This record gives sequence, C-alpha cells and structure tokens, in this order.
Amino acid sequence: MNEFIIFSAVKVVVAVSILLFMVSYTVVAERRVSAWIQDRMGPNRVGPWGLLQPAADAVKAFLKEDYVPGHVRKVFFWLAPAIVMLPGLVTIAVIPFGSRLGQVPMVIADLNVGILYTFGIVSLGVYGIVLAGYASNSKYPFLGGIRATAQLISYEIAMGLSVIPLFMIVGNLNLSHVVGYQAGGFTNWLIFKAPLSFIIFLVAAFAETNRLPFDFPEAENELVAGYNTEFGSMKFAMFFMGEYANMIAVSAMMVTLFFGGWTLPLFGLDQPANTLFVGVLHIGIFLAKLSAFLLLFIWVRWMWPRFRFDQLMDLGWRRFIPLALANLLVTAVVLWAIH
Amino acid sequence: MIIERKPLTLWERLYMPAVINGFWVTVQHFFRKKVTMQYPEERWAVPEGYRGAPYLVRDQEGRTKCVSCQLCEFVCPPKAIKITPPGPTPNPATGNVEKLPREFEINMLRCIFCGLCQEVCPEEAIFLMKDYSLTGLTREEMIYDKEKLLALGGTHQDKIHKWQHK
Repeated sequence: MNEFIIFSAVKVVVAVSILLFMVSYTVVAERRVSAWIQDRMGPNRVGPWGLLQPAADAVKAFLKEDYVPGHVRKVFFWLAPAIVMLPGLVTIAVIPFGSRLGQVPMVIADLNVGILYTFGIVSLGVYGIVLAGYASNSKYPFLGGIRATAQLISYEIAMGLSVIPLFMIVGNLNLSHVVGYQAGGFTNWLIFKAPLSFIIFLVAAFAETNRLPFDFPEAENELVAGYNTEFGSMKFAMFFMGEYANMIAVSAMMVTLFFGGWTLPLFGLDQPANTLFVGVLHIGIFLAKLSAFLLLFIWVRWMWPRFRFDQLMDLGWRRFIPLALANLLVTAVVLWAIH
Repeated sequence: MIIERKPLTLWERLYMPAVINGFWVTVQHFFRKKVTMQYPEERWAVPEGYRGAPYLVRDQEGRTKCVSCQLCEFVCPPKAIKITPPGPTPNPATGNVEKLPREFEINMLRCIFCGLCQEVCPEEAIFLMKDYSLTGLTREEMIYDKEKLLALGGTHQDKIHKWQHK
C-alpha cells in the first residue's frame, strides 16, 4: 500500500511535469509552425533555434503587472484561469501513457470508468471560460462566454456519442483495456474499426479545445480576444496554458482510443514491457503519437478560416449528432450480427 | 448584380476541396524560403536618393563647407536646425574669408527628413545620408552638434573646386 502511494506520487509529479513541459514547447511549436507556414522564421533568438523561448515567455508573464480592472467580479476573475487550467491536468490521470516500468503500470489511476471520468472532467473546462466571460463584466468577454457555453455543450454530446461504439466493440470502459484490445496488428486499431467515430471525435475535439476552425469563444476579429480580453500577465498565460493542456489531453485521448495508445504492432512492441528499455520506448511511442496529433492541431489552425457561428451550431446539432447516433446504431447491428 | 451560386456537390459540402487545397498551400509555404530579414545582423540595402539623417560634409581639402548662411535654419519646417554664426569677430585661422558656424545643431528628434535643408543649401554643405536608425538614451543625446555632424557626414567629392581658383 505504501509502495502504491509512493509510486503514484512519483507518477503524478513526473506526468504533470512532462505535461507542462509539453505545453510550453507546444506553444513554441505553434509559433514556429505558424511562422513557417506564413514564410516567416518565428522566435529564434532565445537559446539555440529559439528553444529557450518558453523561459523568456514565463519571465515576461510573471514580471508583467497583474492588473485587475475595477469593473470585474474579483472572486470569479481570479478563479477562472485556474479552472481553465485544471481539466487538462486532471484528465491525464486515467490515460495509460506507457505499459510498465519494472512492475509499475504507467497509468496514474487505472479506473474502470476511465472514459466517464474523462468526460466528466473535460466538461468542467467550459466553466472556466464561462466564468471568465461572466467575471469580466464587459460585453466581448460576455459574448465569448456565451458562445463557449453553446459550442462546448453541443459538441460534448457528439463527442460522447461518438465513443460509445468503441466501448461496444471493446466491451470495457477501462482505458488500459482499450489499449490492450488494440494490440497485435494495425487493423486492431479502433480507427479502422470505427472510422466515423474518429472523424466525429476529431471535429468535436477541435470544438472542445477552442481551436480554429472553431475558436468562437476567442474569435479575435469579432470579439477583440473573447473571454480573455480583460485578462493580463500570468492570468492570461494560464488561459493560454490551459488551452494547450486541453489540446494535449484531447490528443492523448485520441491516441488512446483510436491509435493504440502506447502500442506499436512492429517488433513486438505491442505487449507490456518486460525490460526497462522497452518500457521507456513505449512511453516514447505514446509521446510520438501525441506529438503528431499536436502538430495536426497546430497545422489546422493555420490552414483554415473560422466557421460562422450558425454553421458551427448547424454542423453540431444537425450533422454530427444524427451521424453519431446512426453510427451507434449501425455498430450495434453489426456487432449483433457477428455474434 | 446578382451572382448565381452554383449548388455545392456532396464533395464540396464535406469541405474536402478546402481541406486538400488548404493543406497543399500550407505545405508549399512551410518549405518555401523565408522572407524574414534578421535585422541587426542583416541590413536593408538603402537605395540611392534615400532621405536619411542630414549631416554636414567637408570638401576634399578637409574644409567645412558650411558658411552659416542660415538658409537651412530658416527653411527647416520643424525648426530642428540651430546655427550659431561666428559674429563680427574673425576666425584667426581663416580671417574673414568664410563664415564657419561656431555651432551647428540638428535635433534629430524634431527632424522630419524632408530634405529641404539639402535643397536650399547654396554651398552643398548639408546632405541627407543613408542613416535611418538613429537611437539615443536621452533627448540631449539626440541633438547632434557640429563635430558629430561633420564626423558622420564625411567628405563630399565636390566637382567644383571652389578654393583652387582663389
């Protein structure tokens, strides 16, 4: 029991540090990729190839005056950035980010209801944004908050419906079992068994993380900066980090649910590790898949314009929710026919 | 004028042309040569006739060409130039031949780089050069005096050798 507590504590500390490290470097990657796509160079001054940019950004964010406008609701104004940051950090608790090191499984909490937990937590993310919009007590953040409510709630439904077929196929809500099911061959990956689920989940993920083409709560050219208009210094940085932490959390979900988690059906890498080296390699595979998704998120942002808000709602309610329901039904019928 | 919109095909309504074209365009730009100039290291090649900072020049024999006629001071729209003429006391080195300014100041914070001083100068003594990046930590530092202006201006290759025939 004691051992369990110690190992869990170590895993929590390491996982959160890696997550925050990835957050800071995803920001650098975002800036570099966006610059390259726009024929620019991006931040290349701090350290070799600009790799120490996060340190400079952090120093800047901390040294800026932490200004609280007079018209805001103070409690919520202080609370909102923390609440935005929270879900991204908490979601990784149930994600199996590796097989095992020695005898220690590389998942912080091996919950039997892992996916329910995740959806419960992810839906909390919207409160931070809504609170930010409400607390700011001015019109553009308020509009941003309202949009966030409408958008996140409607896409939550499509997202939740899209993963049900996966659990019908796997027969278990535990994410470790979902990964175990996908071992042994690329065809076992759930993206090939439920491609429609993946597409719906991917689109919903963009909407859930407020990334372009669905970044309505922020929408610079319509709402100044949306829900974070009134925020500055470290509070703004928290929103920023929260956005990227959520991106990482959602990417980790997609890797786990659709792309076999830490497994790779080559060189026998899809069985739980027996040596330390293979254990580390599994974590590396997971992080590589994760990074590919992060690159996708970044790339899409610089590729597409923003949708119109009515198009977004139309897409969510009149396309994706019926599609997800149909997907659910077809999967059920096929499974019934097979067995 | 009303433009008929063609009905979209299913392929278009799935946003697929937008996905493919958007990806293709961004990939091309991603690998393209970057246009950014790394400013302090790389510098812009200033074209001929550029109106940068106005400086005083010397002729080939090292004489200050300015004769403190003060035309530039009068013409200067923002009143950036301040000339102190030598007054009635002659310069012991040159006698009463030329009226070297005792002091010649240009406030670079006021200067609008219009080039009227260069245009109005009868002696071709002041020129707008190619310096475009003037910096200083104080306002006083940005008031350039005669020595500084002459040092920055350098020598003007004057075709009229005014002093050879005297």
